Amino acid sequence: MAMDTVIDMADTFGVGKQVHEQEVTKALSREDDSQTVGAPFVDAPRMVCRDVNVYYGEKQAISNVSLDVAEHEVLAMIGPSGCGKSTFLRCLNRMNDTVDICRVTGEILLDGRNIYDKSVDVVPLRAQVGMVFQKPNPFPKSIFENVAYGPKIHGLTNSRFELQDIVEDSLKKAGLWDEVSDRLDQPGTGLSGGQQQRLCIARAVAVRPEVILMDEPCSALDPIATATVEDLITELREHYTIVIVTHNMQQAARISQRTAYFHLGRLIEVNPTDQVFTNPRHRLTEDYITGRFG
Amino acid sequence: MSPNLFLVVLLGISALAYRQGKKKAFASVTEKSQRLHSLPNYYGVLTALWCFIPAILIFLLWQLFSDFILTGIAMQDVFANTPHLSPAEQNLLINDMRNMVAGVVSRVDANPLVEQAVERYLNIRVISHMALGVIMLIAALIPGCWIYTRIKPEFRARNHVEQIVEILLILCSTVAILTTVGIVLSVLFESIRFFQQVPLWDFLFGLKWSPQMAIRADQAGSSGSFGAVPVFAGTFMISGIALAVAVPIGLMSAIYLSEYAGKKLRAVVKPLLEILAGVPTVVYGFFAALVVAPLIRDMGLTMGMSVSSESALAAGLVMGIMIIPFVSSLSDDVINAVPQSLRDGSYGLGATKSETIKNVIIPAALPGIVGSILLAASRAIGETMIVVMAAGLSANLTANPLEAVTTVTVQIVTLLVGDQEFDSPKTLAAFALGLLLFVTTLMLNVVALYVVRKYREEYE
Repeated sequence: MAMDTVIDMADTFGVGKQVHEQEVTKALSREDDSQTVGAPFVDAPRMVCRDVNVYYGEKQAISNVSLDVAEHEVLAMIGPSGCGKSTFLRCLNRMNDTVDICRVTGEILLDGRNIYDKSVDVVPLRAQVGMVFQKPNPFPKSIFENVAYGPKIHGLTNSRFELQDIVEDSLKKAGLWDEVSDRLDQPGTGLSGGQQQRLCIARAVAVRPEVILMDEPCSALDPIATATVEDLITELREHYTIVIVTHNMQQAARISQRTAYFHLGRLIEVNPTDQVFTNPRHRLTEDYITGRFG
Repeated sequence: MSPNLFLVVLLGISALAYRQGKKKAFASVTEKSQRLHSLPNYYGVLTALWCFIPAILIFLLWQLFSDFILTGIAMQDVFANTPHLSPAEQNLLINDMRNMVAGVVSRVDANPLVEQAVERYLNIRVISHMALGVIMLIAALIPGCWIYTRIKPEFRARNHVEQIVEILLILCSTVAILTTVGIVLSVLFESIRFFQQVPLWDFLFGLKWSPQMAIRADQAGSSGSFGAVPVFAGTFMISGIALAVAVPIGLMSAIYLSEYAGKKLRAVVKPLLEILAGVPTVVYGFFAALVVAPLIRDMGLTMGMSVSSESALAAGLVMGIMIIPFVSSLSDDVINAVPQSLRDGSYGLGATKSETIKNVIIPAALPGIVGSILLAASRAIGETMIVVMAAGLSANLTANPLEAVTTVTVQIVTLLVGDQEFDSPKTLAAFALGLLLFVTTLMLNVVALYVVRKYREEYE
């Protein structure tokens, strides 16, 4: 009787063990699934992000994103709406600080220094990591004042001449100089949408940042203006490191060296752009770029 | 039957018309392919409006003119029998009759002619009421029925209703404009009478304000001098002090509330600030007269200065407190209306909060801020009670805020309070002051509008 019971029990345990093992393998594979596919890390990175989590109140918007940004590269971030790519972008220069309920954990290093460290002042950080927004948002000032705004507040110049030089230089870099050189005193809001966006890029460039973050910079522009801005991004890569969020996969393919695919707050895949678009390693990436969803 | 009853009946008829119109609109669709041009409600509303509007117009006209016509008819005999009456005496008789009709005066010992008139008035009033009822009924039914017969599926009821509503809106805005014109004209005519007696030049540039005049020829007294300069100087000084208090405090509290304060704090502080605007000015007045003015006087004394117990400073300070919410609340609203994208743009360039506020937000919100200051300024210029109680009545021409001064509004009040004769320049001066004040604030508005337009920075 007793023996039987023991054997029964052993059987039960054995079965139970098998079930347990199955569950563990499943869980492991799920864990594998949550790990980023591809090459998120590079040698000599400019920015290093490790285990970044972002919460809006109770809701988690980004989970465990680890990613490097190399020097002088254009890193494109793609993914369906609400996947957290803009949120992640705004973490890189702490723009999320302006949102009260937003909380960021993990590490984001710029040149080896954690930008979320208490000792870091966000003001010089944002001068170092500039930002261009989705909707062109020129200040209600003249074209000249728009570009001169950053250099003025950071005291980059000692004289009017230097300031004029910076403004001219920035507008040239943004490919806007020829169009506006004769009307620098006109309001920036009077420009066309594409010109306004290039003005915003000039404005960001004028502060001499090292990294420029772009949050869907072309989504409000027509194809011609988009082409101009894309050319501009390619040129800017010589001097700056650029992280760009885009909904337009062709755009990502045209201008970026590496592409990161986000899905539901997770970073699914990071690989060289060619590879992501020709031979995606992860099923979700493939589904997205082949247009099965998103 | 009281005419007010007609209104109730009319409303009932209109409601019925609404129902019938809607019903007919439904019934008019016979074939399946047909569709009503407008929603069925519009047919009902249109029918109801066509009943209601003509009838109510007739009712209003009757309310305006009936008394005039009825009195005329009733008094015909009286005036025919006593042809030698002056207009004043005629008015007296008319008033007698009216009072009797209203039952204010007993009809015993009355002039028999007038008593007859009263009888007659009462008789024709009953007839006129009946006539009114019949006419209103016709005015409601005929247009109502006419429009009712026109209801067909292709009839554009919505467009008609919209037209009627548009006319209504125009009428409403006209009322406001006409009232303003009426006010200006009434002040203007009295002012013209004033300037017939006192030269315009003396009024505009005279340095002495002393409106007391001898009423009788043999009375010893001042001859009256009407130089408006000291009065306006007082107004501007007190308003200036008030704005000097209110603009910095109001603007800065607006900036704090909109940019720095948390949501919870803002929800508490803003209504508290707005309470300041709800305190009656009389209360501010005695606060100024009983607390602030003595305080200033005592402080002045300790510093060895002579301060009168009524001073421009006291009135200005308290008035400044009063208008703080005008500046703070409105400025807070416009600052909040500046789009977040502009703030983000500035922060994204590494600007600090204060740089962003100074260089981006304030310029973008400037038109609204100027508007709020203007509103506060016009409140300050028009304010009377605080000044009466705290600044005094003596028209000193002085730049010293520690002396008593007076303002335009205070002078107008003192000139018009009590029994006044309307043919003396002393009384008419009030209207001239009012007109000049009106012109001044108008010019202030024009200048401010120009400033806003010039420095406006559009962000959309």
